[in-house]
Amino acid sequence: MTASPPLLDVRDLAVAFDSDGGTVHAVNGVTYALREGETLGIVGESGSGKSVHVLAMLGLVPRPPGRITSGQVDFEGRDLLAMPERLLRRVRGAEIGMVFQDPMSSLNPAMTVGAQIAEPLLLHRGLDASSARARARDLLDLVRIPDAGRRLDLYPHEFSGGQRQRVMIAIGLACRPKLLIADEATTALDVTVQAEIVALVQELKREIGMAIVWITHDLGVVAGIADTVQVMYAGRIVERGPVDAVFSDPRNAYTLGLLRSLPDLSRGRAGRQRLRQIEGSPPDMRHPPPGDPFAARNPYATPRCRAEAPPLAQVAGSVPGHLAAAWYDLPALLKQGAGR
Amino acid sequence: MSEAGLSTPAEIAAPVAALPPEPGAFRAFWRRFSRRRGALAGLVVVVLLAVLALGAAWIAPYDPTATDWGAVRAAPDLAHLFGTDEVGRDVLSRIVYGTRASLGAGLTSVALAVALGLPLGMLAGYAGGVIDGAIMRLTDALLAIPFLILAIALAAFLGPSLTNAMVAIGLSATSIFVRLTRAQVQAVAAEEFVEAARAIGNPPWRIALHHILPNIVPAILVQATLTIAAAIIAEASLSFLGLGQQPPEPSWGSMLNTAKNFLDQAPWMAIWPGVSIFLAVLAFNLVGDGLRDALDPRERR
Amino acid sequence: MLRFLARRLALAVPTLVLASMIIFALQQLLPGDTATALSGEERDPEVIAFIRAKYHLDRPLPVRYAYWAAGVLQGDLGESIRLQKPVIELIREKLPVTLELACLAMLVALVIGVPMGILSAVRPGTWIDGLANGVALWGLSVPNFWLGILMILLFSVQLGWLPASGYVPPGESLAENLRSMAMPAFVLGNAIAAVMMRHTRAAMLGVLQSDYVRTARAKGVPMARVVLRHALPNAAIPIITLGALEFGQLLSGAVLTEQVFSVPGFGKLMVDAVFNRDFATVQGVVICTATTYILLNLAADLASALVNPKLRRA
Repeated sequence: MTASPPLLDVRDLAVAFDSDGGTVHAVNGVTYALREGETLGIVGESGSGKSVHVLAMLGLVPRPPGRITSGQVDFEGRDLLAMPERLLRRVRGAEIGMVFQDPMSSLNPAMTVGAQIAEPLLLHRGLDASSARARARDLLDLVRIPDAGRRLDLYPHEFSGGQRQRVMIAIGLACRPKLLIADEATTALDVTVQAEIVALVQELKREIGMAIVWITHDLGVVAGIADTVQVMYAGRIVERGPVDAVFSDPRNAYTLGLLRSLPDLSRGRAGRQRLRQIEGSPPDMRHPPPGDPFAARNPYATPRCRAEAPPLAQVAGSVPGHLAAAWYDLPALLKQGAGR
Repeated sequence: MSEAGLSTPAEIAAPVAALPPEPGAFRAFWRRFSRRRGALAGLVVVVLLAVLALGAAWIAPYDPTATDWGAVRAAPDLAHLFGTDEVGRDVLSRIVYGTRASLGAGLTSVALAVALGLPLGMLAGYAGGVIDGAIMRLTDALLAIPFLILAIALAAFLGPSLTNAMVAIGLSATSIFVRLTRAQVQAVAAEEFVEAARAIGNPPWRIALHHILPNIVPAILVQATLTIAAAIIAEASLSFLGLGQQPPEPSWGSMLNTAKNFLDQAPWMAIWPGVSIFLAVLAFNLVGDGLRDALDPRERR
Repeated sequence: MLRFLARRLALAVPTLVLASMIIFALQQLLPGDTATALSGEERDPEVIAFIRAKYHLDRPLPVRYAYWAAGVLQGDLGESIRLQKPVIELIREKLPVTLELACLAMLVALVIGVPMGILSAVRPGTWIDGLANGVALWGLSVPNFWLGILMILLFSVQLGWLPASGYVPPGESLAENLRSMAMPAFVLGNAIAAVMMRHTRAAMLGVLQSDYVRTARAKGVPMARVVLRHALPNAAIPIITLGALEFGQLLSGAVLTEQVFSVPGFGKLMVDAVFNRDFATVQGVVICTATTYILLNLAADLASALVNPKLRRA
């Protein structure tokens, strides 16, 4: 496709946490790349490693108990994991912006919103206080908060939930980063507000042109925003590819399970089915199973699934870049009507 | 304290469901407690102090009140390991006997504070309403007078003696236990198993004694241990001021009071009583911290 | 914020009234005839009669309390039998000395306790955390009058650097004043430092795990700035509130410290009064202490309301 090197190149990243009960293997060999300007949606349930691996690459996992056990993460050709904290700090907030979930707890209750937005500008762009403040006002305008000039001096509790999330986005975008990572950025919000935030991010992307990693457990949001979707389970990528391909032709049983648990997707009225939830619970990550971690919950699992972990590989009969980790042939099984 | 009390694995901050005392619970508690070296060391010192207090008559080399005008302010030597005081009394023997005043005052005053504070706190927490309000305002008022100031004032009006000092310290510490018991009772009373006990028709007193009390014992025990440390300091303070143990009976606090006047000639008179108070208080603090961590895994540091 | 303060004030008034009742009731503990006991050692019939009239001892207890409380409200704390002076005057004389001592001690406690608590919270489980916890345990366990004696032994008797006793008013010589207050303030602040360290550590540990600290780190804020600018203001509220509660311990400790270093303050006044059976003075000191304590807690509520933006605008 493009000749230029990827913006973000993650290779074999693994993260573990030491606890009293043993070592929790939260992320187990994650490899993927992100182009400039691409929007990647990462989907998975809590504990799938989707948030942790991002925090780990930015050095935000508390150590101890967390530690990075393997991997390399190149951002514009520089390995973030090998970078000393002093240099990594200049990447965080400047070149990579972060938007966290639950803007109630993620904004500092004792600092004005203006000061929180201006801070990365003061630190990374060397602006003086008054120009940082002017820029903070522009940013509040940018995220469509009315009466920005006056509201700079207010505290987070004086904003509504949706507005606080907009403030978080303004902080993430303050230094015009090349990459914006949104971690469950709409999870704590009402559905209507969620839609507003998603629309806002799409508009901002058109204006600024940054790449986005959008982490969520909500496939619906991904469908609306992402170019590429990546499904994670038990600290691994189980399927990845262009949104249309993955949604219309899932090759991993977990992806299928997620899609089936969604109300109304691309199936249309005729194909509408009863909503289903995935039975069972994720594996104990202190003792990950030897094979496919989803095998125990997978009605299509083969004996090989329980013994050997499947590699993430190009899917036969789909578009290039559609990768899946499965020993079984899901479309064939679905056609036979086996299992469910 | 009783083994049965310790074996109820209730939480301190917010008690969870009452589990029936299991035989393995005490062992589990002991494993957590003994993992902390400080707590174990504290326990050893507490036991040693108890042995000194009980066996003072056999352990002390001299009569603690016997004066020896031939050996006034004698520096430590083989005859008097810790030296002698201004009237020739053996400092080591006075230290050994002084254990009685310190431990006795610590235990007695805290027992008094618990005996008064626990029922009042249970009443306030369980009855609620006007009774609760009245008890709480009273403890607020008592807490507004700093602990030692109240104890000094009480000791002053009651007259100086070790017994009155214990009463004064016990009364001053009561409000701590009222507060703690009330908060604990309120937390436990909101639990489902208490709801269930009420639903099957248990009378309030039965619920309080059989369902609530066992669950708040660990928290009271931890606080009591830490308060013994504070009470030992308070007794030493009152005796230092002359409001506690009266001469010639020995007490670490009053020994320091005398020692203060002979610092340049007989510094050993000031060293050993202070070391004793420090060690006793440190030991109870360590045991208290250890108990807290062992009884409430969530609060572990 | 006004509503918040009004509520606190509404709680403080009955507390103060009840505390005064308790202090008044202390008189009832005196063995034998109250008037005789109050008259001190002299047993002068004239004095006894004066006391009986002054305290309305022939009237029932509630009436006596009413007379006494009315007097207290007008600043009449009774008469010192020993010094033949109104108690309020004695207190006015001695209070500044103790307040100076208490403030210096609080300063010592804050300067030692807060940074130590911050450091141990930032690096939990390291040697610095262990050291801080050890220092705190020492501070909580060492009796301050003994620490005072040890310091006199070292700095006055052995080294001769600081005066063992004696108080120089700051108006006379500020340098000498500080020299005479250095050891008492350190001794008194020592135990409070331990408590402040534990409070600070606990508050900071909680705040450092919060989401907004993670946000700050994700913005690329250096760790020192994260701690001081983002975490500390949020930890300040519990530190201030709990710090004010420690003022009670400070006043308690001042009694002993003043005794050790012969500082002519409030505590010394109280102890001397106790030994001279000067009960009006004892009562006066206690009521002043309780009032100071309650007012300080109100002040702490006010301060934390000022720090907390949610309360400031409410």
